[in-house]
Amino acid sequence: MLNTLLPILLFAALGLAVLGALRRVNMWRRGRAAKVDLLGGLLAMPKRYMVDLHHVVARDKYIANTHVATALGFVLSALLAILVHGFGLQNRILGYALLLASVLMFVGATFVYLRRRNPPARLSKGPWMRLPKSLMAFSVSFFLVTLPVAGILPADFGGWLLAALLGVGVLWGVSEMFFGMTWGGPMKHAFAGALHLAWHRRAERFGGGRSTGLKPLDLSDKSAPLGVEKPKDFTWNQLLGFDACVQCGKCEAACPAFAAGQPLNPKKLIQDMVVGLAGGTDAKFAGSPYPGKAIGEHSGNPHQPIVNGLVDAETLWSCTTCRACVEECPMMIEHVDAIVDMRRHLTLEKGATPNKGAEVLENLIATDNPGGFAPGGRMNWAADLNLPLLGDKHTTDVLFWVGDGAFDMRNQRTLRAFVKVLKAAKVDFAVLGLEERDSGDVARRLGDEATFQLLAARNIQTLAKYSFKRIVTCDPHSFHVLKNEYGAFDGNYRVQHHSTYMAELIDAGALNLGQHKGNSVTYHDPCYLGRYNGEYEAPRQVLRALGIEVKEMQRSGFRSRCCGGGGGAPITDIPGKQRIPDMRMEDIRETGAELVAVGCPQCTAMLEGVVEPRPLIKDIAELVADALLEEPAPAKTPNSREPAEVH
Amino acid sequence: MTTHVISLVSIGAHPTSGRPRRAEQDARAVELGLQLAGDNLQVLHAGDIAEPTLRAYLGMGLAQLHVLEQPAGADALPVLGDYLRDAGAQVVLTGSQAETGEGSGMLPFLLAEQLGWPLIVGLAQVESIDSGVAHVLQALPRGQRRRLKVRLPFLATVDNAGPKPRQSAYGPAQRGLLQEHDVQVVDDELFTGAVLQPAKPRPKRLKVIKAKSGADRMKAATAKASGGGGQVLKGIGPEAGADAILKLLIEEGVVR
Repeated sequence: MLNTLLPILLFAALGLAVLGALRRVNMWRRGRAAKVDLLGGLLAMPKRYMVDLHHVVARDKYIANTHVATALGFVLSALLAILVHGFGLQNRILGYALLLASVLMFVGATFVYLRRRNPPARLSKGPWMRLPKSLMAFSVSFFLVTLPVAGILPADFGGWLLAALLGVGVLWGVSEMFFGMTWGGPMKHAFAGALHLAWHRRAERFGGGRSTGLKPLDLSDKSAPLGVEKPKDFTWNQLLGFDACVQCGKCEAACPAFAAGQPLNPKKLIQDMVVGLAGGTDAKFAGSPYPGKAIGEHSGNPHQPIVNGLVDAETLWSCTTCRACVEECPMMIEHVDAIVDMRRHLTLEKGATPNKGAEVLENLIATDNPGGFAPGGRMNWAADLNLPLLGDKHTTDVLFWVGDGAFDMRNQRTLRAFVKVLKAAKVDFAVLGLEERDSGDVARRLGDEATFQLLAARNIQTLAKYSFKRIVTCDPHSFHVLKNEYGAFDGNYRVQHHSTYMAELIDAGALNLGQHKGNSVTYHDPCYLGRYNGEYEAPRQVLRALGIEVKEMQRSGFRSRCCGGGGGAPITDIPGKQRIPDMRMEDIRETGAELVAVGCPQCTAMLEGVVEPRPLIKDIAELVADALLEEPAPAKTPNSREPAEVH
Repeated sequence: MTTHVISLVSIGAHPTSGRPRRAEQDARAVELGLQLAGDNLQVLHAGDIAEPTLRAYLGMGLAQLHVLEQPAGADALPVLGDYLRDAGAQVVLTGSQAETGEGSGMLPFLLAEQLGWPLIVGLAQVESIDSGVAHVLQALPRGQRRRLKVRLPFLATVDNAGPKPRQSAYGPAQRGLLQEHDVQVVDDELFTGAVLQPAKPRPKRLKVIKAKSGADRMKAATAKASGGGGQVLKGIGPEAGADAILKLLIEEGVVR
């Protein structure tokens, strides 16, 4: 009886799966066009899956091994089951192979089950709680129905009752695994995930690459929407990417805004986008809600505006663009891109940047700095330093990009310290002075692509007038924008963060450094230096050169927690239960360090905003400047003059 | 029936950088107009249509902006007056003082005189417009408001007590239409013939803190402006009235 039933079940489920896949593909195709290498992506997909994606998943060994066993077991079982039970190739060797595969899958499923017995809050419940049981039903059923094929048991073993039971088991298994994969069940992640990896919008991320710069809007194309209003305004591969989400909640656990009780949960946001692309309400979402917002009150469809239907605006404005979610996501989904896309619509079309947003953007247009300070005061901090201007010199080794911190009294101390270091190292450097403008970072994160492109174009125009070997800046935000986002507008430069440059100077022996005196030190990784640009080592190297042993925080390096100052978050200022910098200060206090070294004006401002008593906050440049010895060392250049020989 | 509202706008200058921007008070006049008339608001500018800053007003969500084309240095007063009379405007809103050009703040007064309309200075809010009569709130110093009844059509200036202008968005600013109107150019001889020189900052009045306690300071900050020695003259002849005024002017040092 099973011999007739199994092929029917298998092929019916497969047929339905194909139908579901077509339906799903059509949903994605509602999105806008995207430049993707379709075939090349598909060919590269297995490697992306097994290498790049596995690297991310393998940060959690338990689930990595579990997933390898389950997924490998399932793929092999499914293929063999189609051969053996679908096409009736009742070969003994195939039978044994299928038995082995289903055992492997069962072992994996058992560990999935164990993880799900007492699941952490970040995991979604609902249908996901059913999945381990479905996996077990699939593997156990196929194990048992294959026993006769392998010749271990007689074909008519167990009678009709067992046959019926196995039939039900197989039905359950194939429903979840084949049918559910394309009709929106938990297994959807395998189908959409594989295609998402193939047609990812940032293919450069695979193979150890990094791609963090936001993609520009083509403002000259009048027919293109300015940002994303409705789900169909996303590109089709963004929609596909949302569908790949496994709801593991790693993003939720890493998100500073979620932890602070602001109404953002990256996982829920992605699921809301799935609701948007498929149509419906968020009532079925079985994970943590946006803090302070009930589930089931929002709904949407591909042709309906997202904001204030599907997602509230303050959810989008809570994001600090720290990229912790993107870094953690085992599916390599691009949350920040989606958020900025939706912000672009709010700012460019609706003029609805909250709180100080409008004022800051207006200031950027009228004064080239977010504070609205008189542009003529940009160099006041250096009135007594006699800095060489690039406008006078035209050529220099190092262009010191000062940034808008020039208007901030706290940051001026950092800038002056860095100038002291540059002078001590006898570096040939210059500044742009009054020709410098805001890099456009804040405007872009607030969604004002037009103002960003205006500032970028003017800065690029200025930089094109001069010749320099590299740009060095104390501000990771300017660093990121100059390095990664000006390229799209033909501004390609060698840009370094001051920590990287100082590490080079120290390596070259250009600085005569003493030791850091006194208190123990920890280091806070700025998001835009670390996660955005992968620079974790240079600042630590500089600190080591000062004789500092960094007391690392639990969340450091690529897991560093944001200070709360990125993405225009201090400007939009969405209320939460606590402040992000307070949480970060708690991380700092846990190390017992009396001083925290930072490398970013935003981080400095946010952390110094925490009420005393708290550890001291000092920029790396200040620490280096403090440790400089009065008499600079004689230059240790290899081509120093040899003593003349006397005959 | 919706009221026909026209807001007059000019090109502003940012206070620290001096770069052109939408003028703060004019933007408030547009905001008030949008709240009053919504999409029916008409916005009018007399000047150069090529000025990109005009788009900052369109960015507030206007479909179009009417421009009475005239070069810099031309007198905006006669063309505005003609246009407003012909357009059948019922409420005309404008900032109290331009940020560029002469910036004398005289335009609303001269315009009202030319049209023969009543002028409200410092309009804060329009409460109702009913059968040709509007009830409005006028802003007075220290947050005080005076309720006025005024017949249509009228002209009103908006200062910083007006509603905060909405954000100017890029999309609508680019799509909005600049509607050109040809007008007869009249030279503003008073302006072109004059020599401009940087203003001297007005000397600051010394701040003498008399208050001894927080309560006193609070009182000083919130109390109504009181002239003190003012007197109301009623039912006296013009001679006596003029005498009283002259006496006051001499006392205040206006006339010596």
